[in-house]
Amino acid sequence: MTSKRGEVPPLHAVQDPESVASRAAAEIALRVRKGLLRFNTCGSVDDGKSTLIGRLLFESKALFDDQLAALEADSKRVGTRPGELDYALLLDGLSAEREQGITIDVAYRFFSTNKRNFIVADTPGHEQYTRNMVTGASTADLSVILVDARKGVLVQTRRHSYLVSLLGIRHIVLVINKMDLVDYSREVFEKIEADYRQFAEQLGLEAATCIPISAVYGDNILERSAATPWYHGPTLMGLLDSVKVDEMRLVDDPFRLPVQWVNRPTSDFRGFAGTIVAGTVRPGMAVRVLPSGQTSRVERIVTREGDLDQASVDQSVILTLADEIDVSRGDVIASAENPPEVASQFEATVVWMHELPLLRGRSYLLKIGTRTVGATIAPIKYKINVNNLERLPTSTLELNEIGVCNLELDRTIAFDPYRVNRDTGGFIVIDRLTNDTVGAGMLHFALRRSKNVHWQAQDVNKAARASIKGQKPRLLWYTGLSGAGKSTIANLVDKKLHSMGRHSYLLDGDNIRHGLNKDLGFTDQDRVENIRRIAEVARLLVDAGLIVSTAFISPFLSERRMARALFELDEFIEVFVDTPLDVAEQRDPKGLYKKARSGKLKNFTGIDSPYEAPDRAELRLDTTIMSPEQAAEMVVAYLEAHGAFESA
Amino acid sequence: MTLTHLQRLESEAMHVMREVVAEAEHPVMLYSIGKDSSVMLHIAKKAFFPAPIPFPLMHVDTTWKFRDMYVMRDRIAAEPGIELIVYKNPEAIEKGINPFTHGSAIHTDVWKTQGLKQALDKYQFDAAFGGARRDEEKSRAKERIFSFRSAQHRWDPKNQRPELWRIYNARKHKGESIRVFPLSNWTELDIWQYIYLQNIPIVPLYYSAVRPVVERDGTLIMVDDDRMPLFPGEKPMMRKVRFRTLGCYPLTGAIESSADNLPEIIHEMLLARTSERQGRVIDFDASASMEQKKQEGYF
Repeated sequence: MTSKRGEVPPLHAVQDPESVASRAAAEIALRVRKGLLRFNTCGSVDDGKSTLIGRLLFESKALFDDQLAALEADSKRVGTRPGELDYALLLDGLSAEREQGITIDVAYRFFSTNKRNFIVADTPGHEQYTRNMVTGASTADLSVILVDARKGVLVQTRRHSYLVSLLGIRHIVLVINKMDLVDYSREVFEKIEADYRQFAEQLGLEAATCIPISAVYGDNILERSAATPWYHGPTLMGLLDSVKVDEMRLVDDPFRLPVQWVNRPTSDFRGFAGTIVAGTVRPGMAVRVLPSGQTSRVERIVTREGDLDQASVDQSVILTLADEIDVSRGDVIASAENPPEVASQFEATVVWMHELPLLRGRSYLLKIGTRTVGATIAPIKYKINVNNLERLPTSTLELNEIGVCNLELDRTIAFDPYRVNRDTGGFIVIDRLTNDTVGAGMLHFALRRSKNVHWQAQDVNKAARASIKGQKPRLLWYTGLSGAGKSTIANLVDKKLHSMGRHSYLLDGDNIRHGLNKDLGFTDQDRVENIRRIAEVARLLVDAGLIVSTAFISPFLSERRMARALFELDEFIEVFVDTPLDVAEQRDPKGLYKKARSGKLKNFTGIDSPYEAPDRAELRLDTTIMSPEQAAEMVVAYLEAHGAFESA
Repeated sequence: MTLTHLQRLESEAMHVMREVVAEAEHPVMLYSIGKDSSVMLHIAKKAFFPAPIPFPLMHVDTTWKFRDMYVMRDRIAAEPGIELIVYKNPEAIEKGINPFTHGSAIHTDVWKTQGLKQALDKYQFDAAFGGARRDEEKSRAKERIFSFRSAQHRWDPKNQRPELWRIYNARKHKGESIRVFPLSNWTELDIWQYIYLQNIPIVPLYYSAVRPVVERDGTLIMVDDDRMPLFPGEKPMMRKVRFRTLGCYPLTGAIESSADNLPEIIHEMLLARTSERQGRVIDFDASASMEQKKQEGYF
C-alpha cells in the first residue's frame, strides 16, 4: 500500500477470467484507484444543509435499505414535509439533538462517486458553535457554504466565509439553495453571486464557485437542471469530482516531516517515524533537523513492504539518516535547502474554544505538529468581530472568540506560516490543569525580537557559580494561605542557611509588591502575572547559584506548575505550608481576614478567591502539629538529604 | 501522483497509532478477532516496523464467540512479537451469563461492557485502540478519533475535545483513559478492499460455506456448538451463508450468500442493500441504543 504512491499493488490472479470473481476483481481494481476529497459544509438547518448532505448520500447510493426504511419511518414520525423523505433526519445522530431538531457537533459522513471518495465534516451554523466549525474545516480541502436563495448573503454567510478563509481553505462553493422557492430566477442568483464576490474579495477568497441548487428536488447536484438553462457552471458533484486537493499543492513544497517516534528496535537501527506534511523525500537528500539545525542525509525510507525510492506528502514513513545526530520526537526533519524558520515568539490568530476564558500571561501548553511546549499569550492585540471583521480591543478571549495575539514559547520551535502549511503552522492550546483543548491557532510570523534576543551563553555558568559557594542552586517555593506562616518559616530557613555559610536569598511577597509588581492588583489576571514575574526573577537568582526562597500565597496550581517548568529537575522544591483556613483566620497577623470578611478587601484567597492546594509538593509542613522552628529544620534537612550542599 | 483513498486512510491510521505510543504510558489494542481488528493489527505492524508492535493486544472474551474465531485468535497469539491478553469477567463466569437465559442486553453488558472496564482497570491501560468506524452507526459519526473517558469509563458526547488537523491531545489525569479509533474514517467497503489488496488473513466465517443455521425472528443464527438450546421441533438447516460482522454467535445473524472469495464479497457489498449492523441483535434493543451503551462504557 505505501510502496508506490498512487499505485495499487498487483491483484491476486484469478483463474477463470469469465468468473464472477474475476469480473468483480476487475471492478475493484478500478475502484481502489480513486482519490479522496475532504470537505465541510456550513450553513444552518434553515438553509437546507442537512437536506443537501442527505441528498448527496442518496444520489451517490451511499444509503442501504434498512437506512432508507428507517428514514421513511422517521420522516413520517418527525419529518418536516408530510409525504416526502426528510433527508435531514439521516444526519442527526445523537438522540438529545434529534428532539431539539438541531445538530450540535461535528459529524463525519462518507460517500463516493466513480472518481472520488468523500469525507464530509458536517458542522453547524449557530453562532455559539464556531469551535465546531473550525474543527470540521481544519481537515477540509474545500468548503460548501449554503445560502437560502430567498435570503441571500447573511451575516452568518460572512461569518462562515471568514472562518473558512482563516482555516486556509482554498476552494469555496457557495451553494445558493432553495432555487425552487424563487422560481429558479436568474436575477436572484446573479444578485447573490455579485454580493458574495464583493465580500469574498475582502477575504482574499478568489476561488469561489456559485451554484444554483434545490436540495429538495436535486437541481444541479448530479446533473445540470433544465430549470436553470441560464446556468453554465459545474454541478455540485461535478465540481467535487474535479477540484484540486491540497495534497497536489503541497507535494511541490519543501520537504517537512515532524518526528513522531524514534524507532529503535536494536542498537544498530535508528529510524524516525512520522507523516510527511510537505514535499518529497529521496534517499541521499540533504536534510536539516530543527530546531537544533544539525544536518545529515537521508539514508533509507523504510516500510514493511521494503525500502522506497521516494515518498511525499501525507505518507507515513520511517527515515534513517546517514549521520548519528540527535533527533527526538517533536523535531522537524526538513529540506536542507529550504528549512523552516526557528523562533520562540510569534504573532498568531487564536480561536478560543473553552468556557473558561483565555487568561493573559497564564502558561498554557501548545502542541504544534508533534511538539508540545509551554506558551504564554501576551498581549492580545485585538479580537475580531466575525460578523463584520471589525477589530476590537480586548484583554481576554471568551468561548468562540477569535483574536490576534503575541505568543511566547518556553523554547524555540521550527514552523512555517499557517497559510503555507497547516501542519507546521497550526497549533492547539491545552490547559495544563484540566488537560482540555481550550483553543486552536494559526501562526502568522515570528516576531523579530525573538530572532535578535538570544539567551546570552555565559562562560561562567550556573554550575560554576554555585560550585564556588559549595552548594547546588535551589528554589524553595513556599505556598499556602495568607497567615499560614510562609514568611516566618522562610525567614528562619534563610537565617539557618546563612549561619551554615550558604548563599541564599529570600524573595518576599509583600516586598515584591512594593516595587517590581506595584502595578499589579489582585484580580485573577494580575495574580497570574505577579507569579510569572516572581518566577522569572527567581530563575535569574537560581542562575546566579543561590538557594532562593519565595514566599507567596501563589493560589493557582497552573502558575506553580508554570514556575516549576522554568527550572531544572531537582532545582524546584515546592513547600506547602499547610494551615487550615480557620487556623489562619484566627491568627490573622495582618488583620486581612477581618477586612475580607467585612467586604473591605476583595478577591482574598480562601474567602472569595480560591486556593488550589498542591497535589505533589516536595514538602508539606503541617503548622498545626509543628512549630515554625521545627518546620524550618525540616526544610534544611530536605535540602541536605537531596544534595544541595557539597560536603566541606 | 496523488495518494489513493486507501493509502491516505492507512497513513492516517499509522499516524494515530504512533501518536498514542509516543504519548500514552500504557496502551493496548482491543482485539475482537473481526475484520476491523485484523486491519488494525495489520496497520500496527506497518506503523512500528521494523520494531515489534509496542503494545499488547487484548481480547475481552465472552466465551460465546464462534469456534473459528478462537482458532484465529490463538493463531495470532502465536505469532512472534505479539502479546495477547485474554480477559473474561469472573463474575460472568461465576453466574454463567449467556445470551439465552439472560438476554442479549445483560449478556453484552456483563461480559463486554463490565468486562472491558474491569480489564482496563486491572492492567491499568490508559489508552485502548478500538476498530470502530464512523460509518457504522449515527452516534459514532460524532465521536472523536481520540475519545476521552472519565475514571468511571464514561463518554460525554457533549463535552468532547475539539480535534483539529492531525494534532491529537492525548493528555489526561491519572485514572482517566482514552479510546482511540484509528479506523474512524474508514467505511465497510474500504475495510474489505484493503483486506483484499493487502491479503490480510480473516476468520473463514466471512466467506460463504454450508453451515447449520436456525431462523429466529427473521435472523439466521448459526448453531456453532451444542450450548445452543433448540426449540421443540426446531432443526438446524444447512444453508450456504456467510457473516458480514462477527460477535457472539447466538447474537450474530448470517446472510445467505454464495460469495466464497474476497472479490465476490466486495461485489456483493456494492450491490448490498442493508447496512452491516443489521446483522447485530444488540442494536435493536432500544432506540438510540448504541449511544446509551457507549455512555455506559461499551466500546
